[in-house]
Amino acid sequence: MDNFELVILLLDATLRTSTPLILAALAGMFSERSGTINLALEGMMLGGAFSAAAVAYYVGNPWAGLLAAIATTICLSLLHGFACITHKGNQVVSGMAINILMSGLTALVGIALFAQGGKTPSLDHESRFQPITLPGADAVADVPVLGSIYSELLSGHNILVYVAFLAVPAAWWVMYRTRFGLRLRAVGENPGAVDTAGIGVVAMRYRAVICSGVLVGMSGAYLSTAQGASFLQDMTAGKGYIALAAMVFGKWRPFPALFACLLFGFLDAAATRMQGVILPGIGEVPVQLVQALPYVLTVILLAGFIGRAIPPKSLGRPYVKER
Amino acid sequence: MSDSVQLPRWIDVGALPLLNLLLALVVSGLVVLAIGERPTQVVEILLYGAFGYEEAWGYTLYYTTNFIFTGLAFAVAFHCGLFNIGAEGQAYVGGLGVILAALYLDFLPFPIMLIVAILASAIFGAAWAYIPAYLQARRGSHVVITTIMFNFIASSLMVYLLVNVLRPQGSMTPESEQIAEHLRLPFIHDIAAGLGLEMASSPLNLSFVYALVCSVLVWLFIWHTRWGYAIRTVGANAVAATYAGIEPGRYIIMAMMISGALSAFMALNEVMGVQHRLLIDFTAGYGFVGIAVALMGRNHPFGIFLAALLFGMLYQGGAELSFEIPTISNDMVVVIQGLVILFTGAMEHMFRPRVTRIYTAWHLRRRAQEAA
Repeated sequence: MDNFELVILLLDATLRTSTPLILAALAGMFSERSGTINLALEGMMLGGAFSAAAVAYYVGNPWAGLLAAIATTICLSLLHGFACITHKGNQVVSGMAINILMSGLTALVGIALFAQGGKTPSLDHESRFQPITLPGADAVADVPVLGSIYSELLSGHNILVYVAFLAVPAAWWVMYRTRFGLRLRAVGENPGAVDTAGIGVVAMRYRAVICSGVLVGMSGAYLSTAQGASFLQDMTAGKGYIALAAMVFGKWRPFPALFACLLFGFLDAAATRMQGVILPGIGEVPVQLVQALPYVLTVILLAGFIGRAIPPKSLGRPYVKER
Repeated sequence: MSDSVQLPRWIDVGALPLLNLLLALVVSGLVVLAIGERPTQVVEILLYGAFGYEEAWGYTLYYTTNFIFTGLAFAVAFHCGLFNIGAEGQAYVGGLGVILAALYLDFLPFPIMLIVAILASAIFGAAWAYIPAYLQARRGSHVVITTIMFNFIASSLMVYLLVNVLRPQGSMTPESEQIAEHLRLPFIHDIAAGLGLEMASSPLNLSFVYALVCSVLVWLFIWHTRWGYAIRTVGANAVAATYAGIEPGRYIIMAMMISGALSAFMALNEVMGVQHRLLIDFTAGYGFVGIAVALMGRNHPFGIFLAALLFGMLYQGGAELSFEIPTISNDMVVVIQGLVILFTGAMEHMFRPRVTRIYTAWHLRRRAQEAA
């Protein structure tokens, strides 16, 4: 195989691995920009993945699965909101609680429903999101370079991949070009000022966590009904935390977060292909190093060595109306 | 209501957490009902599995040992206002310290090895906690995110070391060599046999005693030393601490390093006491349970001991459960754990306003009666 083809394959895999990260990172951004820390991405993703696979199996339609996933994650978001916004509980603790809860609950319910050791039954062709061939992809496949980029790299993904990439400009537009977005960001920076302007801080923050729920639900559904064909116990395997890292790495902004997701997705895709590969001048790169790289890079960024990542000012602080 | 009365201590540290715990258990019961089993039967099996026979006690206390260490670790950092989510990684790296000492210094006699192993685990765990602590104290990066990242980095690092360095030649499984027989922590049943007592064999070992010692030491440290005072001051109000001449950064680093060392002591129990070698993921989520344990125990060593015992019971009873009822796996315990963290940690304030209102009304009525 020539190098060009190899690069195309690697980038193709990158698009697939970064899709759930993009959706979850945007989800985290909506929540955190409004002042609510969302460590629960991992658990919500897992819950979404389970609901999607289970409902898609019973109904035989991936869209029903997607709706179920979104409904599940919205419920979990509301739970997170209920603890953090209404009862002013600790946001870190609430997030960890949801992660642990979902890790157990998905397996428990999975065993109770399907008795396959926590796995859901494999989905057939009709119950999964199928690859979409973009118009004209077959016709231009023989055109050198551009043709294969279009037909192999851009075409042939399932709908959720395209949704994830379109969600980035959409999130940017909502965040920076609408009144809702302005209020959402304001509530995360200076809730007192927003309250003075006569806008309810609590309602605003709830809306933000609901947005977060919708997005992370899609990323969960992607894992079990688009990329995979069933739910597996703990199938998110830290993706929620990687998405969180990508969001921090992207400094809580949509487009930088997208690039962080692509970078982390690329590292993930590369890690599986790097096994035993000897790089000139460096020697064999340990796979574990490539796997740890997203986390290492995020720590270095947080330490302020690559620019400065400044979180929203009121992140993690419950709003107390009067003293 | 501005004229509400201060809640008495027994409600604040006793009744409220119990109320939250009760709610968590009720919801767990509903989960059991929802998957079609009887909660009473589950409770029965849980209790029998945890305390019903002599061997079970040993297992329960063996799990308790881990949870005391990780619970204390979370609590010490918490007193300084820090969330150390990194106990998992710190314990993992601490295990490296224990195994290196036990494998490469195997000429040492046991009493000296015991001290060396304690120091090695403490140093490795504290070092792993030092980096996030330094970044928090000096560069302002949030310790929650960095400790999460360090859990994953520790996991990759340890897999690399186990596969490439610690694995004995010719072995396919990524685990270290066995610790020499005379350097292992003695099991409690062996100690008892030496004293002429007969006990059922279980993984419970000497580290349980060390966990109790650490509980007392942590209590002394937090409430009866200058450093403990400084740590609590920083945790309560870092700005006020600065005005009082306490430099927050210094105590943030100190609290995190002690926290890391305490997490790492878990490796004494697992690596030196039970497994006798370093296994992949030997920490098995005990670090995260520490969060629940500390929150439930109100970050006080005595409370932590009680909460650790509860979780030890749940873990051991949960193992029994999965034998008895096929539809209920160990995951039930994970669910209970999540619910306990949710209700006693995140929603701890849920009942407070209502309880305060009821107590205030009762208090005022009693005062009126006394006046009359």
